[in-house]
Amino acid sequence: MSALRFFRSELRLVFRRRRNLLLLAVAAVFPLVIGIALRLAAPHPQGGGGGGGGSSGAAFFDQLAGNGVFLTFIALSTLLILVLPVVVAVVAGDSVAGEAGYGTLRYLLAVPAGRTRLLAVKFGVIVTFGLCATFIVSAVALVAGVVLFPVGPVTLLSGATVSLPDGLLRLLFVTLYVAAAMAALGAIGLAVSTLTEHAIGAIATIMILVVASEVVDNVPQLAAAGPYLPTHWWLSFDALLRLPVDTSTLLRGLLSFAVYALLFCSFAWARFTSADVTS
Amino acid sequence: MTAISTSGLTKRFRGGQLAVDHLDLAVPSGSVYGFLGPNGSGKTTTIRMLLGLAFPTDGSAALLGVSMPDGATKVLHRVGSLVEGPAFYPFLTGLDNLARYDAADRSADPRTARTRIEGALDRVGLLSAAKKRYRHYSLGMKQRLAIAAGLLQPRELIILDEPTNGLDPQGTREVRTLIRQIAADGTTVFVSSHLLAEVEQICTHVGVMRSGRLVFQGSLPELRRTGAARVTVQTADPEGAVKVLTGLGLPEPRTTTAEASGAGAGGQAVAEVSAVLGDAVPERVCAELVQAGVGVRGFAVTSPSLEDLFVGLTGEGFDVGA
Repeated sequence: MSALRFFRSELRLVFRRRRNLLLLAVAAVFPLVIGIALRLAAPHPQGGGGGGGGSSGAAFFDQLAGNGVFLTFIALSTLLILVLPVVVAVVAGDSVAGEAGYGTLRYLLAVPAGRTRLLAVKFGVIVTFGLCATFIVSAVALVAGVVLFPVGPVTLLSGATVSLPDGLLRLLFVTLYVAAAMAALGAIGLAVSTLTEHAIGAIATIMILVVASEVVDNVPQLAAAGPYLPTHWWLSFDALLRLPVDTSTLLRGLLSFAVYALLFCSFAWARFTSADVTS
Repeated sequence: MTAISTSGLTKRFRGGQLAVDHLDLAVPSGSVYGFLGPNGSGKTTTIRMLLGLAFPTDGSAALLGVSMPDGATKVLHRVGSLVEGPAFYPFLTGLDNLARYDAADRSADPRTARTRIEGALDRVGLLSAAKKRYRHYSLGMKQRLAIAAGLLQPRELIILDEPTNGLDPQGTREVRTLIRQIAADGTTVFVSSHLLAEVEQICTHVGVMRSGRLVFQGSLPELRRTGAARVTVQTADPEGAVKVLTGLGLPEPRTTTAEASGAGAGGQAVAEVSAVLGDAVPERVCAELVQAGVGVRGFAVTSPSLEDLFVGLTGEGFDVGA
């Protein structure tokens, strides 16, 4: 009960900060820009025979001309490379380090907020913010897609066609999958944030980790490490756009997110409950 | 009952520096306890350990009978605190900042939040500035807002770390008045300062820190008693005076040459001779001097000021360290 009040108060604070609102606005503008650019580049909307196998965003581009719903998948896969991670990294990196920087951390602990409780609330806020950012991208892209492109039954990557409601349901799951990926990143960010009292340092560190992971994931000689990288499964949401759904890929992705979230939340907890607050 | 008690409380920083060295504090309930010491003597580190912000490397501490830091979530809501200056979000108003701390408190009743927050603001005289962003507060207002945060709930103990730091004389007086009012409600006040003069008028007890060690703890009269009264003689015959004082068994005779202006009248240089009075009767000392033919131009019995005692306990300079 009291934890809920604390959570609501912190959530309100995060959503009231101009910087965070700006980030959400930026994330919302991207799908619009992408949609308009693609609409201008492909002036003749007609049913395109999509490629069957591509796992990158490229496969979605072929489908877009035939169905505006695909703008959401294009937007998500494009923004997952940098924009969404930045949005999550800013809020996650700021979560504890920002409080330490302002000195408000010592007062929160003296209240007493409780160290574990504070950390749990902070993580809850990060996850909620990531979820919100992801849904904003999806929603804006969906609306833009519907306005700019024809809409109808959805032809999946595997070639089968499903009804529009089925397609939208898959879109919902895709968005949730991406939100789960961002929650795992949020856990990493929370852990990094407990290590410093400089929010900007924490944010930069998280982004370096993301980019490093993406780079390593693209080096063929390091392919063996791939599945263990935090970013490796982010784009695997295309598993949901097949018939039947590629559940094994999907579950491995979700397992990876769960392991990362658990690991880094534990690390954050171990660090935060044992360290002196000197700020 | 003791509001704060520590036993052998020790903090050694990772670098090896001993910040707090076997501290045995005993703060009686209902007292206004002045925690004194120069900057860097370990006061803030002690307060951080008391509040569970830092973990002691040895020894133990208890607030209101509850062991810290294990009992932090059980006892801290009965304790208000100001640690190392105020800290709030600059982009929030004073009211919103307090609301945020109140929301973090699991023992706080959300239904009374508004009343309690406004009550606390009113108490520190900030109600009219409640809707102003913290960024636009003056230093004194910031300090008072921090005290208001400590008053959101009825507290049994208030810990104030350097509450007058950086304040102008008027701000200092305001804070002092506030502390008096808080204490009048029966709340134990633990207030740290590097200036005895700032807390002398409000404290009932003092603890004096030097290089991480507690060099004195007790009531103010007890501190005064540690200062030995001295007898001071102004005379043109310092050797004779020293001889008489030593003959009477007064310890620590000291001779200082008086200022030139004092020499004027008789054309002779006048010196000041002083010694610890002890049990001797001043009138008799004076009579003995006169009998011995020592010309007495001035005679006085002086007790050292608290400030003198304080400086004597803590050393002359700040941050000399050990």
